[in-house]
Amino acid sequence: MKSHPEAAARFAANEARAAWHDQALWFVRTKRDRAAHRLPEWEALRASAAEIKAHTLDHLGAYLEQFERAAIARGAQVHWARDAAEHNRIVAGILAAHGVRRAVKSKSMLTEECGLNPFLAARGVEVVDTDLGERIVQLRREPPSHIVFPAIHLRRGEIGALFHEQLGSPAGLDDPDALTAVARTHLREKFLAAEAGITGVNFAVAETGGFVVCTNEGNADLGTALPPLHVACMGIEKLIPRLEHLPVFLRLLARSATGQAITAYTSHFHGPAPGGELHIVIVDNGRSHLLASGAHRDALRCIRCGACMNTCPVYRRSGGHSYGATVPGPIGSVLEPSRDPARHASLPFACSLCGSCRDVCPVGIDLPQQLLAWRGALVRAGHAGRARRATLSLVGGLLERPALVSLLGGLARRIARALPARWRERLTAPWSRERALPELPAHSFRSQWRQQRGR
Amino acid sequence: MNIALFVPCYVDQLFPRVAWASVAVLERHGCDVSFDPAQTCCGQALLNAGAPDAARPLARRFLELFARADHVVAPSASCVATVRRHYAHLLPGDPRTADLSRVRELCEFLVDVLGVERAPGRFAHRVGLHPSCHGLRELHLGQGSERGASEVAHRDPARQLLASLDGIEIVEPARPDECCGFGGAFAVGESAVSGQMGRDRVRAHRAAGAEVLTATDVSCLAHLEGVARRAREPLRVLHVAEILAEASA
Repeated sequence: MKSHPEAAARFAANEARAAWHDQALWFVRTKRDRAAHRLPEWEALRASAAEIKAHTLDHLGAYLEQFERAAIARGAQVHWARDAAEHNRIVAGILAAHGVRRAVKSKSMLTEECGLNPFLAARGVEVVDTDLGERIVQLRREPPSHIVFPAIHLRRGEIGALFHEQLGSPAGLDDPDALTAVARTHLREKFLAAEAGITGVNFAVAETGGFVVCTNEGNADLGTALPPLHVACMGIEKLIPRLEHLPVFLRLLARSATGQAITAYTSHFHGPAPGGELHIVIVDNGRSHLLASGAHRDALRCIRCGACMNTCPVYRRSGGHSYGATVPGPIGSVLEPSRDPARHASLPFACSLCGSCRDVCPVGIDLPQQLLAWRGALVRAGHAGRARRATLSLVGGLLERPALVSLLGGLARRIARALPARWRERLTAPWSRERALPELPAHSFRSQWRQQRGR
Repeated sequence: MNIALFVPCYVDQLFPRVAWASVAVLERHGCDVSFDPAQTCCGQALLNAGAPDAARPLARRFLELFARADHVVAPSASCVATVRRHYAHLLPGDPRTADLSRVRELCEFLVDVLGVERAPGRFAHRVGLHPSCHGLRELHLGQGSERGASEVAHRDPARQLLASLDGIEIVEPARPDECCGFGGAFAVGESAVSGQMGRDRVRAHRAAGAEVLTATDVSCLAHLEGVARRAREPLRVLHVAEILAEASA
């Protein structure tokens, strides 16, 4: 797999496209700012959410059991999955038991993480993603590039071409309403033919055994209202203790994600529909490991609003696919290395530590601090390049010796000043590729100070 | 007042003029400035590059060298943020990290400690002020655009001092507090994105009419100056200390 800098450089090479991507997401960030600034209690809401999530994580086992009991009392069937493979087996088993060949699925990053679609496809079950953006990337056979706007990397014309090719719409469509109408007609057939609806879970309430799914398209409602079988997949971190906590999160989620006051649909599920079945699959897949880790525990507060991506100056200019991960951007760069540190070692370094993500995060995750912690751990484990740790130790040792700093600094400046400009640039290539070198002074401050002040 | 000047390692080696401007500004306000040549680096570059083990001795060294100083002043918001915000994580249990409020960024020191309200002098130029991310979001020097409007507005010492100069016009670029893209090792490790971020900032400040670009961090400025020069943008890039020194010279 390509490291982030390579993939990012390829994305950034198309400057017009990268600039457009940056603008599109910056627009979402400004909508988020307006929505947040309109609420005098915004910072207090963030603090409450952080506190509720921290408390829930501290007592997660008890809340999970409470949720299970309450959900069963409402007639749901609860399944526990240790990892992605077990999750996929459970879902496939439920579908097989009902003879399901066609299913519709609303947005769920968890099922992306587990690779549910290809697993079911290999067993002869057609799964259609019904979120418009997700359907677009599904038709293109590529992963989402953003957790809230899965197809944000595509322009309207590209979607028109895709629909023309795969759904038989007229060539050259790029009007959003016309494109939506094509998708609506296409998806309606899939909804009507579906024998099961699969959804994610935004919030599960321990007290009631109910859960909430937030969408803007109503696709979770249609997908679960038509077929008699509903399978809901959730990570163990989706819990909140009581129903009274829900408004705190609903108010933060939509404002942080899109700048809306609330998502168009906030659907509550309490047990199966009459005559139907509701299965809830609760998945760990590395989360309890993260919970026990201490350093990265706070990352489990994440409610997947995507605000950290929209504000991230690196994400906006490198595109979601450059992260090579289910969850991209700042939060992805914290979560993904815990699954596979070697594979995702470049992600915590794909960050200028500007701190904007920390200030938009609705649940107060200190993302820059988490990324710093990962950098230290990855370098220590040798995942950040074999020579990196040794080089940094060497630099550290040098910086402990002021006389050596003076000697080597003076020598380096003298050599650099004597070299032709072109050589100087070649020797400092990673810097000089993007910027001119500063004019180098003949003497350091410390030597000038010694000469002029002598103390 | 006795001031121990902390000169960031790269300022010492590459931008001595910024350290001298800081000395001039402090002395202009009646401070007695000392410089201990045993100092080197706060450790930020190593910490951010993923080597907290290599940064730790430098943090200890910083605390020892400045143990007896009443006031430590640095022309760098990000080095000060490293000391004030990260030393406690880096050296858990070290009582010296409990209160490091005597370590200040230059403008913050002038306004908050010396009580300077207006900077003397004239600087008749249109100036873009780039807020250093670590100054803004770690030291809360200024109000970040992300934060809730109801929050108590944070003071912005660099802006206050600059705005008080005669003849100056501070321009307001689009996305006023987006990162410049320097980010230490990020600037070379992710050079493509870093360069684009820098070009976007320079363009925003130029579009707002800036003739001069300034900040409280030389690191941001070295990157932005290099980007501007490569793009042949007629932009003079100066540290805030240089503007304050030049205005009152």
